[in-house]
Amino acid sequence: MAVQTKIPYEKEYVEAFSTKKNEPEWMKQFRLQALELTETLEMPKPDKTNITKWNFSTFNHEANGEFIDSLEDLPEDIKVFVEKEKESNIVILKNQSTAYQRLSQDLIDKGVILTDMFSALEKYPDLVQRYYMKDAVSFDEHRLTALHAALMNGGVFVYVPKNVVIEEPLQAIFWQEDPSLGLFNHVIVVAEENSSLTYVENYISHNKDDQTVANVVAEVIAYNNASISYGSVDNFSQGTTVYMNRRGVAYRDAKIDWALGQMNDGNTVSENITHLVGDHSSSYAKAVSVGRGDQTQNFTAKIVNYGKQSNGLILQHGVMKDSASAIFNGIGKIEHGGTKANAEQESRVLMLSKHARGDANPILLIDEDDVTAGHAASVGRVDPIQLYYLMSRGISKQEAERLIIHGFLAPVVNEIPIKAVREQLTDVIERKVY
Amino acid sequence: MAGSTLEIKDLHVEIEGQEILKGVNLTIKGGEFHAVMGPNGTGKSTLASAIMGHPKYEVTSGSILLDGEDVLEMEVDERAKAGLFLAMQYPSEISGVTTSDFLRSSINSRREEGDEIPLMKFIKEMDQAMDYLEMDKNMAQRYLNEGFSGGEKKRNEILQLMLLKPAIGILDEIDSGLDIDALKVVSKGINKLRNESFGCLIITHYQRLLDYITPDYVHVMMQGRVVKSGGPELAQRLEAEGYDWIKKELGIEEETVGNNA
Repeated sequence: MAVQTKIPYEKEYVEAFSTKKNEPEWMKQFRLQALELTETLEMPKPDKTNITKWNFSTFNHEANGEFIDSLEDLPEDIKVFVEKEKESNIVILKNQSTAYQRLSQDLIDKGVILTDMFSALEKYPDLVQRYYMKDAVSFDEHRLTALHAALMNGGVFVYVPKNVVIEEPLQAIFWQEDPSLGLFNHVIVVAEENSSLTYVENYISHNKDDQTVANVVAEVIAYNNASISYGSVDNFSQGTTVYMNRRGVAYRDAKIDWALGQMNDGNTVSENITHLVGDHSSSYAKAVSVGRGDQTQNFTAKIVNYGKQSNGLILQHGVMKDSASAIFNGIGKIEHGGTKANAEQESRVLMLSKHARGDANPILLIDEDDVTAGHAASVGRVDPIQLYYLMSRGISKQEAERLIIHGFLAPVVNEIPIKAVREQLTDVIERKVY
Repeated sequence: MAGSTLEIKDLHVEIEGQEILKGVNLTIKGGEFHAVMGPNGTGKSTLASAIMGHPKYEVTSGSILLDGEDVLEMEVDERAKAGLFLAMQYPSEISGVTTSDFLRSSINSRREEGDEIPLMKFIKEMDQAMDYLEMDKNMAQRYLNEGFSGGEKKRNEILQLMLLKPAIGILDEIDSGLDIDALKVVSKGINKLRNESFGCLIITHYQRLLDYITPDYVHVMMQGRVVKSGGPELAQRLEAEGYDWIKKELGIEEETVGNNA
């Protein structure tokens, strides 16, 4: 298959798209500026994975999605992600159009925003402009970020004002129902000073044979003493080539914790970077993944400590089967001035087949003397002694392996705060492993 | 009800090419408590592991029969379902799997599909056994053996023994690393299982466990064989006099197996 890397959309198209979406002028100009750069910028070069032959250009940019009146009208395989017992604060995008959204009156009254990106651009253009590809991800990092900026076709905007503490999780479901639709999804999560929130997102598609692209950017900003807990289950189907870029910025005493279930079936580059800018800021980045079939994946978990006594912890666990291959980059970086900072990481890969490949690639980069840091990495098979122990109680070999694998992936599964989503993640793991 | 019979005949076992057991003969019947004693390095733990089917131990000749069925032909889980249980000296730590989920899976593995133990009944049984063993209830929600102290691990083994109610229980140095109070609690748990059908093989190199669990038979292992058998008085004599008199009696100079042991 010949893959062209030139994008199939011209300036006129992008302008017209922006106009149709009623975007503010700055957004239109921003898109055009980015579009120009897609010609000249290089593709990203993830460490140890060659993506030059991957499909990043075959996709449709628009598809139909329609409003639904009630969550009851969702198909069963989407409905399962939504809690039945209580009213969720939720945005559901079908084919990047808003299918459903709800935010409780109480949170609206407190000034909380949870809405799709186009509505946010109409209602809060200045607020969006303040954060859109500014402090976390730049549009000109490489061709894919530029492409993203030029063609963004959906997303959510989450904003929590000062001192507002939200107990209930905020949820987003991105449902790529049309098998050829490219998902240029943009997520912004902002927590103002002393605020606290939990956000959980799901990506779902079912395209096996149709080729398409997901190019996702998430920007997560935690101001002084704010706390963000960010959970995700990525479950793109085989036909979707995925570029995921989730990035956090934490200011003084702020905390950003990640729990990412990376369960795509197609080729995937996923990077999760957190900048611990403020003193005493912290991040615990946990990610699990299951590779199967012949997919190739590249995961990067990186935390950069700038702040004094900032604390960055990384945990990556991957299970590889069939002839899937994956690179797990774990990068802890302590900048000069980050005295008494801590950078720890653990990357473990469990191999379930001879033909699978998994590499843990731990890196510590330290420009400061007075710090603590550490890493642990391992690649191996299911421990025969653990199997023996479980089987000695009557548990079958298959069930024992199942327990060990679920246990291995539990650090993220247990962190997902919405029960319905947690159960879906468990189901996806079950389906992928067996 | 007479219970089951475990027969070990002329058992030879190797680990990484080195022969550890050199012809062990032992028969344990339901209702009987047997103690296997002996200094370190004489093959006691190897015997326990070989019976259960530890992947590192290779049986080169001899047989193990449970009620006439060939245990050596069984997978590890089949041995458990046939009625064998080994309380391990070094239980594995399994991250992400709670003790309670593991126990329930273990119990259900012995039951037919569709006849799983009802959750409330399971919790009640587990709570009772944990109370009996003076265990912290939080342990049920902790990951299996992860970060458990030595004593907690041993209690957890006995908890499993009590809940799974095997025909034959093998306890591999269940007393090692226990203080006297923990030893008493663990012994209490084991004694509770005593009835005319439960058979037990207790492996220890300390007499002190046998102060709390009185064996019907005592066997001494040296050089990979059972070299002497007797009643509870044998354990008392070992306590009082050590092993040297047996070595002298049998003309044994070096009681351990192999050259470097």
